[in-house]
Amino acid sequence: MSPKKFKFAFLFIAILLFPVFDRNAYHMDLATNVALYGLLAMGLNVVVGFAGLLNLGYAAFFGIGAYTYALLNLYCHWPFWLGLPAAGLVSMFFGFLIGIPSIRVRGDYLAITTLGFGEIVRIVFNNWDEVTGGPNGLLGIARPSIGSWHFSVNATPYFYLVFILVVLTAFFLYRISDSKIGRALVAIREDELAASCMGIPTLQVKLIAFGISSFIAGLAGCIFAAKQTIITPDSFDFVLSVLILAMVVLGGMGNLWGAVLGAVVLGALPELLREFAAYRMLIFGLLMILMMIFRPQGILGGSLIKRELAKRQKDETDATA
Amino acid sequence: MPLLELSGVSKRFGGVSALRNIHFFIEESEIVGLIGPNGAGKTSFFNCVTGLLPIDEGEIIFGKEETRLDGLSADKILTKGIARTFQNLRIFKNMTVLENVAIGFHARAKAGLFDAFLNTRRHRAEEKRIFEKSRVLLEFLGLREKGNEIAGYLDYGSQKRLEIARALACEPKLLLLDEPVAGMNPQEKEEIVKLIRKIREKKIAVLLIEHDMKVVMPLSDRIVVMDDGEKIAEGLPAEIQKNPRVIQAYLGEV
Ligand SMILES: Nc1ncnc2c1ncn2[C@@H]1O[C@H](COP(=O)(O)OP(=O)(O)O)[C@@H](O)[C@H]1O
Ligand SMILES: [Mg+2]
Repeated sequence: MSPKKFKFAFLFIAILLFPVFDRNAYHMDLATNVALYGLLAMGLNVVVGFAGLLNLGYAAFFGIGAYTYALLNLYCHWPFWLGLPAAGLVSMFFGFLIGIPSIRVRGDYLAITTLGFGEIVRIVFNNWDEVTGGPNGLLGIARPSIGSWHFSVNATPYFYLVFILVVLTAFFLYRISDSKIGRALVAIREDELAASCMGIPTLQVKLIAFGISSFIAGLAGCIFAAKQTIITPDSFDFVLSVLILAMVVLGGMGNLWGAVLGAVVLGALPELLREFAAYRMLIFGLLMILMMIFRPQGILGGSLIKRELAKRQKDETDATA
Repeated sequence: MPLLELSGVSKRFGGVSALRNIHFFIEESEIVGLIGPNGAGKTSFFNCVTGLLPIDEGEIIFGKEETRLDGLSADKILTKGIARTFQNLRIFKNMTVLENVAIGFHARAKAGLFDAFLNTRRHRAEEKRIFEKSRVLLEFLGLREKGNEIAGYLDYGSQKRLEIARALACEPKLLLLDEPVAGMNPQEKEEIVKLIRKIREKKIAVLLIEHDMKVVMPLSDRIVVMDDGEKIAEGLPAEIQKNPRVIQAYLGEV
């Protein structure tokens, strides 16, 4: 086994065994939330890191996934395992709905439309009382069950569930980034015009990335709803979108594991800094600023991103000159 | 039936007419030189043919199927069989040389997302084929040892050749080269000339924009001259060199 594989295997087993050794319920709950953040950060990274587009309303897709499962469960009695893919697909559908008109225009428009979309979604959750329960949200959402065995308040099974999804997602994204789609995404980031002249349907490729990303958020939302059993609109606000974006940037845009690392750091940080609760946001802000100055490519950001950030003054003149 | 035919194509930028009522054709396996002073509209011509700019008037017809190109997107036009290079290099500077060429195969690759996810036999075989073909192309362009280097770190001449390799990876029937030898020394120019002849032997037509008369005259089967958006002359290189309007257009510029 190569040293790298060995490290991976070690980390993998350590995480698998973590719940066995640490039986503190609170730690387990925290770890599950961090893993959910990791899943979300990975999903957002597909758009921000891989496709080079900015999504400022990612929490909305997370929320859509959560509400999809909650509604399907409460009104139609769908079990969790059916709700999970449904939540992903519905979220992806809304991803395309937002992506198709705005990706067509320049990337900046996507940032603005997703920002607006994020707010609209939250406001709809908040005000459509008859369906979403308004500010009180939805409660009594069913937990998953496997055969006759039911998930309970104990977070451990959720932790394993999210962990499996993180690993599957990482594997999926790893394979994608090592395929023609992955190469096409890099090419589009580098020079969209040249990419389209080389036969890459740039719009379609970016939409694929956007769809994958919102699908992942939908899955995370579904698990979140099943774990909390109660969801309210304020769980899916702009602050969450920014937090996930910060995780991606901190960990290293475009790096598969960077997003997870960012999630671990920013997800666990508030707990580690509990004594300094008053300074939490200050420390958070300082960390991000220092990062941007000293390591703009993020903790794990590879040489690729570093080079790309370095050549922002690329000449756009050629097609016209 | 020519390979590419433009009839009555016009393109305006506000008050500037970049192309005025252009009629043009190129046959299969033909080498045509497109010359003219700076600002004549040569690059705009390429941009209109490759779908980067919408045309205001006229028709662009391509291939045996007589496909209308005007109105198609750039990536569609590529799949019809037209690939190009750019006046100012537009290679993917942060990708490796080999990956740059592999991009050219994108449109013809069939494997989808799920093939990639499951790493199916079909996907593996296709990836292998893409990179094998890319290596063959690099060999053809004399870049064989540079496959794993970062494209942006190559010397200028190699970057120019890489851009041609990438275009050839698209397996075009027509290759558009926008000033392929600009900024090269005489020896490098000579290599590109040889290369273009070899490309033609592969039954690929070449339309090249070039200012260096020593390059374009002996190489081209036919020359088309543009000035101020208009086609002012067309003919064999020997005829063009004697054409008074051409001489005037060039002297007028100096
Ligand atoms: N995108 C554009 N917008 C406005 N004007 C343009 C654009 N592209 C080219 N032009 C103008 O069209 C004319 C022809 O330019 P171009 O096709 O680049 O000439 P050439 O390649 O022969 O030097 C020039 O006057 C140029 O300024
Ligand atoms: Mg030009």
